[in-house]
Amino acid sequence: MIPESHRFPDRAGLALADEGLRLALDRARQGFIGNRRKAVDALPEFQELREAARRVKNHTLANLDLYLERFESQATAAGGQVHWAADAAEARARILAICREAGARTVTKGKSMVGEEVGLNEALEEADLEVVETDLGEYIIQLAGETPSHIVAPAIHKTREQIRDLFAEHHAPLGLGAPGLGNAELVARAREVLRREFLRADVGITGANFLIAESGSTVIVTNEGNGDLSNTLPRVHVVIAGIEKVLPGFEDLSTVLRLLARSATGQEMSVYTTVSTGPRRGEDLDGPEEFHVVLVDNGRSAMLGGEFREMLRCIRCGACLNHCPVYHAVGGHAYGWVYTGPMGSVLTPLIVGLDKAHHLPNACTLNGRCEQVCPMSIPLPTMLRKLRTRGFERGFGTRTSRMGLAAWGFLARRPAVYGSATRVAMGILGWLGRRRGAFRRLPLAGGWTGVRDLPAPEGETFQRAWRRRGARR
Amino acid sequence: MEQSGLMEDASQVPAPRRVGLFVTCLVDLYRPSTGFAAVRLLETAGCEVEVPPGQTCCGQPAFNNGDSATARAIARSIVERFEGFDHVVAPSGSCAGMLRRHLPELFADDAPWRERAERLAARVHELTSFLVDVCGSAAVERLRGAAPPRGVRTATYHDSCSGLRELGVREQPRHLLAAVDGLDLVEMRDAEVCCGFGGTFCVKYPGISGRMVSEKVENIASAGADAVLAGDVGCLLNIAGRLGREGRPVRVFHVAEVLAGMAERGIGEPASGAAGTGAVAGSSRG
Ligand code: SF4
Repeated sequence: MIPESHRFPDRAGLALADEGLRLALDRARQGFIGNRRKAVDALPEFQELREAARRVKNHTLANLDLYLERFESQATAAGGQVHWAADAAEARARILAICREAGARTVTKGKSMVGEEVGLNEALEEADLEVVETDLGEYIIQLAGETPSHIVAPAIHKTREQIRDLFAEHHAPLGLGAPGLGNAELVARAREVLRREFLRADVGITGANFLIAESGSTVIVTNEGNGDLSNTLPRVHVVIAGIEKVLPGFEDLSTVLRLLARSATGQEMSVYTTVSTGPRRGEDLDGPEEFHVVLVDNGRSAMLGGEFREMLRCIRCGACLNHCPVYHAVGGHAYGWVYTGPMGSVLTPLIVGLDKAHHLPNACTLNGRCEQVCPMSIPLPTMLRKLRTRGFERGFGTRTSRMGLAAWGFLARRPAVYGSATRVAMGILGWLGRRRGAFRRLPLAGGWTGVRDLPAPEGETFQRAWRRRGARR
Repeated sequence: MEQSGLMEDASQVPAPRRVGLFVTCLVDLYRPSTGFAAVRLLETAGCEVEVPPGQTCCGQPAFNNGDSATARAIARSIVERFEGFDHVVAPSGSCAGMLRRHLPELFADDAPWRERAERLAARVHELTSFLVDVCGSAAVERLRGAAPPRGVRTATYHDSCSGLRELGVREQPRHLLAAVDGLDLVEMRDAEVCCGFGGTFCVKYPGISGRMVSEKVENIASAGADAVLAGDVGCLLNIAGRLGREGRPVRVFHVAEVLAGMAERGIGEPASGAAGTGAVAGSSRG
C-alpha cells in the first residue's frame, strides 16, 4: 500500500464532507466505547492485568533477540520453516517464492495488518496469483478495491447498503442474486462464496497476533473462524508477522489475551483463538503440509534501539482509534496508510518516514484519551510530541505556522516586550470587540474564525490591571 | 510531613500558605476576570497570594510543536520566578499540567535544572484541585454560598483534557460548584471528550477542530443548561466561539468566576452586558 499520508489535510477534508462516513463512524464508535467500558468494569483486576502485560512485553523487548532465536529453533523443531525479512521488499519476495515453489494459483488470506504494511496483496496479484481475502471486512474492501480504515474492523466505513450492492455486483457471475440487507444474510452470502475459495486454495496466508517462543507456535484470534480455514485447508500455510509479536510462553499469552478482546471489541475472548505449531504430523487428520513463518523487521529494530521502543508493545487492539476524537471526525482513510488513529500517527512516520507523514503526529489535540485506554499503557501523546520535535528540527510544517510560533516564542521569552505588545494589542481588540463581544472574521485569524467566532478579550491585561490596582495595597 | 513534634509557639493559627499565581497567558490576555476570581478564591481559602511580575506563557505552544529550546528557555524563567513559593496555582488544567508533568522532562540532560524543575513541579496545582485537595474542607466551607450569575439556574461542566487526564481533576470542580447557592449542575453527554481546541491544533486543522467543537456544542445544548463552565480559558474560547457562531444562547464562564460569585459578562458577550448588568467583572480584589 503506497503511503498517502502527506495528503492528510486534503483527505481529512474529503472525509469531513462525507455524510455516510459520519453515520458509519458514529455508530461504530458508540458500540466500541460502550462495549469496552462494560467489559473493563466487569473485570476488577483490569488495571493489574495491564501492569502485568506491560511488564511481560517490556521484558520480552529487552530480550527480543533471545526470544526470537528461541522461537525460530522451536518452530523449526516442530517442522516449520522460519524466514527473516529486513524490509517490505524482502517480505514480499520471500512469500512470493514460497507460493511459486508450491506451484500456487490461488491464495486465501486471513486478515494481516503487516501483510498490508508490506503490500503483499499487490505483489501477489502482480505475479498473477488469485488472492482471496477471507476476513469478512477485508473481503468487503477487497471487492470495493479499497484499503482498510480500521485495524480491527477494516470495513467500518461501509454501510450495509453499500455492502449489499457490492455483493450483488461481484457475485452475479457466480449466478447469485443480491442478498438481503440483514447481517445474517450478508454473512451467509460471504460464507457461501468464501467456502468455495478455501477448498480451491493452494496457499493460506495469515498474520499472527502473537508468536510463542517456548513452543514455536503462532497464534491468531478471529471472530469468524476464517483464520482456521486458511490455516488448515490449503497445502501450505504461511504466517507473516512483525518481530515484536513474540511472547516468551503461554502464561504470558493468557495475560495479554485477557486484555486484547476486552480492549478491542469488549468481548471477554474473541470467538476463535487458534494456535498453530508446525505442519501436519503423521497422525493428524488435517493441517498443511508446509508451515512457514516470515518474520518482518521493516523499521522495528530501529524502534527497539531508540526512544520509540514502547510503541513495540502495541497489540493492535484498536482501542486508541476507537477513543480518538480525530479518528471519529475523519475515519481511517484520511491517515493515508495501513495504520490509523493514534497508533498509526506514531507508527506511520516511523515506518514510511517522517517526511512523508509529518502531518499525522501534528493532527492531534494531545487530549490523552488514547493513552488512558491503551491496554499496553503506551504513552501515545508523548510519542507524538517526540515526533513533532523531530519534525520541527527538520523544518516541517507550514511557513505561517513556523513564523507564528517563532513570534510567540520571541515574546514569551521577553516579558517586557510581551507586556507592552500585549497591552496594546488587547486594548485594541477589546475596544473593537466591545459591541458584539466577538469577531466573526479577523485578519490573520482565518484558521480560527472559519469555524467559530473569536470572543473579544476584556481589553486590559490581567497583569496590567493587577499592578494598577496593586498601588492601593 | 515537614513538622517535627515541637510546636513553634502557642498560637494555633497556621501560617497562611504563600501562593504564587501563575496567571496563564490566556487569562492574562483574554480573561482577567478569571484571574481576579482565582485570587479571591485563594484569599478566601486563607492563602496569601502574589502575582510575580513578568509572567508570559507556560511554554506549551513551543513544547507541543517540537520547539524544545524555546520551551526550555521559558521553563527556566518560570522556575526562577516561582521557586520561592509554597505553592504555584494556575486557573488552568492545561498550563498546570504542563508545569507539573512536563517541566522536568525538558531538562532530561541537565541534572541541576531538572532538580529545580522537579521541586517546583511537585508544588504546582490546578486551581480547583488546590482548593479541594490542598486547602481542605475548612477552606472549602468558607467558599460556600456564592451567588450564581444572574439568570443562570443550571450549568454543565466540560472536563478539559489535560486537567482530567494529567492531573485527575474531575470531582473537585463539581464538589465546589455544588456549594454555589441555587445552581444545579447537569451532566452533558461525553463531558470528558476533547472540545477540539488543542492549542495550535485548532488553527492548523480547523476542519477537524470545527467538527469536534460542533459536537461539543451539540452536547452542551442537549444538556439544557443555561451556562457551560470549565477550568481552562482555551477550551472556553473555543466553545464560546462556536456557540456564538451557531447562535446558541448558552453562557460561558470559567468555573472560578462562578465559584467566586464574580461571573457577570460571559465569554464572547458584549461589554454592555448581555446579562444586562453593564459592570465589568473583577472590580474587586476581595
Ligand atoms: S497503541 Fe495501545 S490502544 Fe492502540 S492499538 Fe496499540 S495496544 Fe491498542
